[in-house]
Amino acid sequence: MAALRVSCGAAASYRLFLGGRVSFARGQGLWKAAAAKPQRSPGCQILRLRHTTVVTTRKNVAVLRRETYTVDFIKKQIEEFNIGKRHLANMMGEDPETFTQEDIDRAIAYLFPSGLFEKRARPIMKHPEEIFPKQRAIQWGEDGRPFHFLFYTGKQSYYSLMHEAYGKLLDVENRQDQLRAKGLFSEKTKAKDPIGSRWLIKEELEEMLVEKLSDQDYAQFIRLLERLSALPCDAAEEEFVGRFRRSVTIQSKKQLIEPLQYDEKGVAFSTGQGNRKTAKAKVAVYDHGSGRIEVNGVDYLLYFPVTQDREQLMFPFHFLDRLGEHDVTCTVSGGGRAAQAGAIRLATARALCSFVTEDEVEWMRQAGLLTADPRVRERKKPGQEGARRKFTWKKR
Amino acid sequence: MLKGMTRLISSVHKLDPGRFLHIGTQAPQCLAAHLDNQVATESPRAISRTSENDPAKHGEQHEGQHYNISFQDLKTVFSHGLPPRFVMQVKTFNEACLMVRRPALELLHYLKNTNFAHPAVRYVFYGEKGTGKTLSLCHSIHFCAKQDWLILHIPDAHLWVKNCRDLLQSTYNKQRFDQPLEASTWLKNFKTANEHFLSQIKVQEKYVWNKRESTEKGSPLGEVVEQGIMRVRNATDAVGIVLKELKRQSSSGIFRLLVAVDGVNALWGRTTLKREDKSPIAPEELAFIYNLRKMVKNDWQGGAIVLTVSQTGSLFKPRKAYLPQELLGKEGFDALDPFIPILVSNYNPKEFESCIHYYLENNWLQHEKAHTEEGKKELLFLSNRNPGQLERLCAYL
Repeated sequence: MAALRVSCGAAASYRLFLGGRVSFARGQGLWKAAAAKPQRSPGCQILRLRHTTVVTTRKNVAVLRRETYTVDFIKKQIEEFNIGKRHLANMMGEDPETFTQEDIDRAIAYLFPSGLFEKRARPIMKHPEEIFPKQRAIQWGEDGRPFHFLFYTGKQSYYSLMHEAYGKLLDVENRQDQLRAKGLFSEKTKAKDPIGSRWLIKEELEEMLVEKLSDQDYAQFIRLLERLSALPCDAAEEEFVGRFRRSVTIQSKKQLIEPLQYDEKGVAFSTGQGNRKTAKAKVAVYDHGSGRIEVNGVDYLLYFPVTQDREQLMFPFHFLDRLGEHDVTCTVSGGGRAAQAGAIRLATARALCSFVTEDEVEWMRQAGLLTADPRVRERKKPGQEGARRKFTWKKR
Repeated sequence: MLKGMTRLISSVHKLDPGRFLHIGTQAPQCLAAHLDNQVATESPRAISRTSENDPAKHGEQHEGQHYNISFQDLKTVFSHGLPPRFVMQVKTFNEACLMVRRPALELLHYLKNTNFAHPAVRYVFYGEKGTGKTLSLCHSIHFCAKQDWLILHIPDAHLWVKNCRDLLQSTYNKQRFDQPLEASTWLKNFKTANEHFLSQIKVQEKYVWNKRESTEKGSPLGEVVEQGIMRVRNATDAVGIVLKELKRQSSSGIFRLLVAVDGVNALWGRTTLKREDKSPIAPEELAFIYNLRKMVKNDWQGGAIVLTVSQTGSLFKPRKAYLPQELLGKEGFDALDPFIPILVSNYNPKEFESCIHYYLENNWLQHEKAHTEEGKKELLFLSNRNPGQLERLCAYL
């Protein structure tokens, strides 16, 4: 607290600083101008006024720990975003009214091409809701009393959610009791958990409530929701539960199955491509064969003298029980011995998808035959001898 | 190696991590389970074995079947001829069984119909690695031994052009080099193989070894051989003399000569041997190779020359080369031209079945899936019906 001397007659407003922890929010000052009343000691005729600052306790100001974005700030950002979106649409020659987020992404990627490997480091333009983390508004009023009735539990949003969910559960049970009393109760079974959706995970729930949760809290909440969903519910309750479910894409649908092609002799064949480390392989699998495999024009026994590589080649056929039934012609380049074998294995598995039922494709995917191995050679870092190995540590 | 779920349909077979087929001991299942319909009526042994142990009587009907070589023959004829893995197998199974295959049958047919008045015909076995060239050669040697020919068998010509510790300057010709150790070992084996001939054949010239020793004209060849074995310094020259005499006298009709060289492409390749001044030695500067080249020329009558070209022990030849042209080089091909090439290829399905059956009979394949159809298909795929590969695979099982 600085005591300032001012010339007499001037009433000035003093700025008071809170001790060290304040970070500025743009635009609006959180600095309260406290008018320090000049105190006059009784009977003092001296014109020189001695001013002391008055410390008023700051209950109204939220304790600032992180950068806070005030509501007005966020609103301004949203306006700027929308205007910017229209400008962007104009620039790209599209209609501003029907300019979606995907269009924005494409436009930004076009205007600011970036070679960075980390996708999150590239330029983005998204709605401010997605960029600025959600923050809680000030939880208490001028007089210091909190707004929410569960504030003093510490996790007000979580407990209010639990309260709401339990209330709904009680409603449903009441309704059931009433129906049973009236005799109109009917057992309705419904498939409430289709395969396509899953519960929110703990991180998603924390993000939604803007509050930290513990594992037990999360488990309790999920159990309550499961209990609620097990009972016959109204549309309102279903919609409430639906807020906490996310859809899950079915993995196997992503595998594109090429239709079979036929060469000039009428033999069915199918092609596939595969990668492993730096090796690339292109494979053509022919039907009605005898288990002959030709790699780069050479028999596979000569090309892969190591038994391990030949076992890799055998894996897809052995898995589908089609060991002697197909002929394979493939070209492979790059990589080393095992990488080429792995690349051919992936390519043959992909090619065999065309010959095989969907269930077997799903089983192959679960066995790991259709997944490209993402492991690549890790780069050597400076100051180390290899990717992980450090130089020999010498004590002196 | 494959881990985890490797079979789709029979996923109840839990496989141990780390090995494709885990090892367990089990009594072999009933052999009749996997027999073909045709041979279901015959006894199980008839598939993979034949009782016809005389190579002379082997014909097409025996193709794919194993015949037994007696231990007597093993000790005399094959003291140094068989490939090392086969020798191990013989020791394990306590019997020497060789499969009758088409290239060997073809050669036997030619040998049976040779006209000994004509110059010796050269036959060359060629093929990819592990297809059975050396064993086909051994089959024909066995046949000739039974027919009482004189066998001149060099088990692996590559051994002479590499890894020789001691090279002496030849006593006979200053330009050439001697290899005393290899020569004396070879003479010992030659002696065991052809004991009865050594006393019959007489030397037709006088050979002076050194100031004190000499072999008179008319003395049996056995003396030369003894001299070579005892005086190791003169062993290579003894070998040269043996070769010269045999070549000269084979056309006389007393005996029939079979020259069998395994890995004949060593004679015309390069060597890894160096002189003291580190300059490389060409093969013709080795006395043994020089004499052997003369032997392999077809300017004598009364016998046959059977050769194999192999990449396995060869020097400075690419791994995938298997054709005679590639392995012999221009010089060797011209020297051997004309010859009859015989291709030795991988097993056909019948031979493959027979081989698996032979292993099963000897309780060599202990895995319980080894005699199921799926197991056979796996082995077929992994070895691609190559005899050498199959043998190496089965060694683990």
